[in-house]
Amino acid sequence: MKFIFDSDSWQEIFGSIKKSKLRTAITVIGVLWGIFLFITLLGSARGMENGFEKNFRNMATNSIFLWAQRTSMPNKGFQRGRRLQLKEQDALAIQREVPEIAFVAPRNVSGVFGDAPARVKRKTNSKTYKLFGDYPILDNVNKVKLFNGRFINNTDIQEEKKVCVIGEQIVDELFEKGEEPVGDYLEINGSFFQIIGTYKQSSTNWFEADDSILIPFSTYRKIYNMADNIGWMVIAADDDADIVKVEKDVKTVLQRRHNVSFEDERAFGSANFGEMISRIKGFVTGLKFLTWFVGISTLIAGVIAIGSILLITVKERTKEIGIRRALGATPRKIKGQIVLESVFLTLIAGILGIIFGGLVLWGLNNAFGDNDNFPFVNPTVNIPIAIGAVFALVTFGTLIGMIPAQRAVSIRPIEALREE
Amino acid sequence: MIEIKNLHKSYPMGKESLHVLKGLDLLIKEGEFVSIMGSSGSGKSTLLNIVGLLDIHDEGEYYLNNELIQNLNEKKAAVLRNKFLGFVFQSFNLITYKTALENVAMPLYYKGVSRKERQVTALEYLEKVGLKEWANHLPSELSGGQKQRVAIARALVTKPKVILADEPTGALDSTTSHSVMEMLKEINAEGMTVFVITHEEDIAEQTDRIVRLKDGVIISDELVKKTVNA
Repeated sequence: MKFIFDSDSWQEIFGSIKKSKLRTAITVIGVLWGIFLFITLLGSARGMENGFEKNFRNMATNSIFLWAQRTSMPNKGFQRGRRLQLKEQDALAIQREVPEIAFVAPRNVSGVFGDAPARVKRKTNSKTYKLFGDYPILDNVNKVKLFNGRFINNTDIQEEKKVCVIGEQIVDELFEKGEEPVGDYLEINGSFFQIIGTYKQSSTNWFEADDSILIPFSTYRKIYNMADNIGWMVIAADDDADIVKVEKDVKTVLQRRHNVSFEDERAFGSANFGEMISRIKGFVTGLKFLTWFVGISTLIAGVIAIGSILLITVKERTKEIGIRRALGATPRKIKGQIVLESVFLTLIAGILGIIFGGLVLWGLNNAFGDNDNFPFVNPTVNIPIAIGAVFALVTFGTLIGMIPAQRAVSIRPIEALREE
Repeated sequence: MIEIKNLHKSYPMGKESLHVLKGLDLLIKEGEFVSIMGSSGSGKSTLLNIVGLLDIHDEGEYYLNNELIQNLNEKKAAVLRNKFLGFVFQSFNLITYKTALENVAMPLYYKGVSRKERQVTALEYLEKVGLKEWANHLPSELSGGQKQRVAIARALVTKPKVILADEPTGALDSTTSHSVMEMLKEINAEGMTVFVITHEEDIAEQTDRIVRLKDGVIISDELVKKTVNA
């Protein structure tokens, strides 16, 4: 221990480093590159993970979209090809009968599935937009990013109020700059609606773009004469529920209620978000494993480079080592010197690599961190991992330094002195 | 100081072995100035290496400072070299990237002397060999004679019992050779045992005792009759 803190040991190391600057630089770059890649890769994988997480954060990720189609096989006297219609009672029944379900949000829309969109007028402007009938609970499925006003609430539903929430694009198209849309009115399909909120496009493109109008579900039903028909529903399960099983259970309930064969796979269509997201998560996990593997391999390659270069140095300095031994250097001192040099170089390279890796991650975060379309947020490497990497480097550096050190003292001093 | 009894040494040469030292007996007392003469291949360098603990003998006994040298590990050998022996080599063997002062101070470093003391002592010895002004020069900036004087200062700095000089003048011209020999004489006059290996008759004649070696055996061992210096 005293040896490490002895300023003379360091004097000797700096002497030897100064003697061969190029060799030292190349060695350091080898390890630096290794740890730089390690940190950058790990941080990037983390950034992607964070990015996906951010995109999904305001979303009930364990959810299914479900709609009715036509039956594909005859059942109970019904012919195949019968068109099915989801009812509000279906939503209630599902919620009642499948315990893992957190909530069900029925939705209606015009202007998406081939029917006519809503005609919207304001002053002299007139355009068509998609119109949705929604429950307040939709906000729990995918957080609506309001930048002004409020979302639909239960009173709106109960009183079938003529209120609407509109997207940013509509604001741009129907309003002059500086005009405040919230509180103002729009004429939708001939009746006036008060604007209660405006929203921005959400972080994923899986929900509404910003060219839609959202009105209370009950109001929609009344205007369009929907009775208790619903277009489709969003079913959110508890976070720990098996979403594939929930999907199956839900379909079983619906098949029974609509007299559809339990074998009929095509009667109800669905998109399973939970499954999709768990696939993405699996991809990120795979990516992380890969970065660990590549990172550690590069690190080892770097340390081996240090070892081999030190081996060459020891060979080059055989005579010098012989002289030192003739002057009274013990094998321990010679070995300690070489190992300490190895550790010192790996440590410096490691720290520089972490700093450079950190800078690159910082740069990447500045470039992509605020971009909603590129899932890359807060690319960081845990401090314990960074410290662990340096510690591993020092350990490797010591072990690999032992090889040339042992070689340096294994030949007898007289042979070392004869070396030219 | 140095006592050798029936010393044998052979080197393996492929399948056969080369018998270099064939039973030497030699006694060198403290304060003697001895030269070993012999042509190349006579075994004189091997003898010096064994005496200098740089190599190990096969058979016989070797006492350094009344201590029997046997089963010596490298660590102990290093300590003994540092404590008792100072080396002067034909090719100087200075460390090229260190200044004269650092070269001289190096044995003190391995002895465990503090840095300040090392600097002072090393400078003192450089002054003794007349190179104080050259303390901060690298070996490449020194002449051959100056290099050898730095090497002598380095050999002396730990105040060893014996100076072992292997062809100290072998790489020098006659004038510088003379000054180096004068320096060795001075050192001897101060009481240090000096052991010189040479193949040059006129160098050997400047010592007090000449031991002649031929084919691994001592053929003569006589004191030099001091003639009045011309």
